[in-house]
Formats: sequence, C-alpha cells, structure tokens
Amino acid sequence: MSRTTLDLWVGLFVAIGIAALLFLSMKVGNLSAGSFATTYAVEAEFDNIGGLKVRAPVKSAGVVVGRVADIHFDTQTYRAVVVLSMNDGFEFPKDTIASILTSGLLGEQYIGLDAGGDLKMLKDGDRIRITQSAVVLEKLIGQFLFNKASETPAGGTQ
Amino acid sequence: MSAVANLLRRLGGGVVDGIWRLGFVARFLGLLLLLSGQSFRRIHLTIREIYFSGVLSLLIILVSGLFVGLVLGLQGYETLQRYGSSEALGVLVALSLTRELGPVVAALLFASRAGSAVTAEIGLMKTTEQLKAMDMMAVNPIARVVAPRFWGGVISMPLLAALFSAMGIFGGWLIGVAFIGVDDGAFWSQMQSAVDFRFDIMNGVIKSVVFGIAVSLIAVFEGFDCTPTAEGVSRAITRTVVSSALAILALDFVLTSFMFRGQS
Repeated sequence: MSRTTLDLWVGLFVAIGIAALLFLSMKVGNLSAGSFATTYAVEAEFDNIGGLKVRAPVKSAGVVVGRVADIHFDTQTYRAVVVLSMNDGFEFPKDTIASILTSGLLGEQYIGLDAGGDLKMLKDGDRIRITQSAVVLEKLIGQFLFNKASETPAGGTQ
Repeated sequence: MSAVANLLRRLGGGVVDGIWRLGFVARFLGLLLLLSGQSFRRIHLTIREIYFSGVLSLLIILVSGLFVGLVLGLQGYETLQRYGSSEALGVLVALSLTRELGPVVAALLFASRAGSAVTAEIGLMKTTEQLKAMDMMAVNPIARVVAPRFWGGVISMPLLAALFSAMGIFGGWLIGVAFIGVDDGAFWSQMQSAVDFRFDIMNGVIKSVVFGIAVSLIAVFEGFDCTPTAEGVSRAITRTVVSSALAILALDFVLTSFMFRGQS
C-alpha cells in the first residue's frame, strides 16, 4: 500500500481536530497543572451555608487555594458539613477561620480562609473549628429594622 | 365508513412498517459491527471515507463555526453590557459552544453535507446493482461499502464538532475583544474559571460521538434500504436529512437531561 495525498489530507484533518480538542481543554477548560494537583481534604461545619455550591472556590487573601468538594447535612448537630479539597502546597494553621463570603454583584459565594497563628498545620481529614456562616439577607434586614425601631423615641409614629 | 377503515388500515400499515424498519436497523447495526473487523483490515477504505466526509466538510464547519461565534459575540455583548458584566462574554460564548451549539450545529451540518452524500452514494450503488454484483463476487457489501462509511463518519464527527467550537470561540473573541474592546485578560480568565474540563468539554465530546454514530447509522441505513429507483434514492436522501435532524435534537435533549440535571 503506497502513501497517497489522500492520507496526507486525512492526517492533517485528524491533527487539526486533535489540536482543536487540545485548545478547548487547555485554553478554554484550563486543564493545566491545577486540575491534576494532589489535594487533601479538610472539613468545616457551618450553621448556614447560604447559597454555597459544590465546586465553589476556597480562597485565602483572594487566591484560590482549593475547591468545595462536598456539602452534606449532619443529622446529629443539624449543621452543614462542607468538605474542602485543598491543593497540596497550601498549608494552613489549625486555628484557621473559615467564613462564607460573597463575591460580585450576582452573589457567587466562596469560602474565605483567614490563617491563624497555630504552629500545627491542618492535615488530611482535620476539621476547621472556627467558622463564620453566610450572611442571610433577610436576617440582616430584620436586624436592621429591629435596631431602627428601638432607636425611634417612644410615642413616635408607632 | 370505508374512508375511516382506509385511514385505520393506513395507520396500522405505517406502524407495522415502522417496527419492521426498526428491527431491520437493529439487525443491520449488529451485522455492521460484526463485519467492522473485516473492513478495518483494509484501513485505507475507512481513511478514504474520512477524507470524503471529514476533510471535505471542513470548510463549511469552519466557516459556520466562525459565523456562529461572531453572532454569539454580538448578541451576548448586547445583553451582557446592560447588566454591566460584558467581561462574562467569554463564559457565555465558551459554555454555549462547548455544551450545545458545537456538537448540535456541527452534527446538523454534517448530516446535510456528508450524511446525504453517503446515502446518495450507497443508494445509487444499489440502484445500479453494484451491491448485488459484489455479493456475487463473494465480497460482502456491508464490510466493503457500508462499514467504512459508517466508521468514517463516527471518527470525523467529534473532530468536526471540536473544530466548530474552537472556531466559534475564536469568532466570539474576534467580535468581543478585537472589535468591541472587552478586556482580553478578563475574557479568557473568566472563561477558564467557569468552564470545567469534565463537566463541559467532555460532555460536549460525548454528545458529538453519539451524534456521529446516529447520523452515520441513519445515512448508511437509508442508502442501503432505499427503493432502487431514481425516486427511491431521492426519497432516501430526504429521509436521511430529516430523520438525522430529528434524531440529533431528540438525542440532545436526552443526553442533556442526563448530563445537566439542574444541580450546579
């Protein structure tokens, strides 16, 4: 079987097709070092996670250091347990504070980590003890109204 | 009375005919897969078909991908800038192309560009009794004619869909960044943080493989099954394009409901 120009065209076609797939994976899907980096799991309990979703980023000082791997409900304590998969290479002290914060106008929620001063570091399977729940807008407005109401002098317009 | 009876008879005949064809398709697919090994031994037949259905579809796929991307860029910018988030243009273009438009539109174009050609070719071979002649010479027409065309289509389709998506994203970039002036860094970085490799890109690739199998099977089957007359061939080609389009859109709904169940 001899090589023909047809083989050349088909080879070229397959090559640019695979190049397009690579472009989609690398440039668009950002499949680079970060996606295959080894991770370790850390748990955190929250009273209220608000609109936090699986795959939300975990940031410290604004830098992404991990992702939310799983969210489930603890029927014993009636709290939400969030499993964070942290990228290896980012180590945090044991007394790190995890809080649920909101970024942007449309309210994408993420977990922010504030490093503490402990000398021991969080290891795989550890639990972050100090957490701060998501801010629920209704509760905030309720509190604000309550404070406003207590400020107005008695005998005013109710 | 006889008109009603006639209608019922035609309805029943249609249903029985449909089931008959479905059974024949299943048997045909089984035979095709069985004989594929035989046709892979002469791989140049399949390479030839990749040339005809893949390489020759390149131009239409690339040009339409570019235009779809350009339109997405314009329309997306128009809507997004109202909410002051025109930087999310990259996300919009990339997600709509990799998840839906890439596989679906590429498959629709592929069905009308390559599927119809395959049906016409096999149908004409049947009409001119070339298939029967092959049978007489102990050459199995399914192994020699049908299987290479089927596999050529199945291999070409995911590559074409990926090229369509890549070209579309380039088109969106061209409109958004080069003409309108959305920030280049924000365009790519927002896209990269929103598009997930497994969730978005792999699901798109799976879709395009499924569409490739569906379109190629319909195309070779309609050609093989056509009435061996000039009119029969033309009807078979029409049926290929119509039922491919329906199959693509229906399968797209089924696959999407499996892949994206609304949980994010």
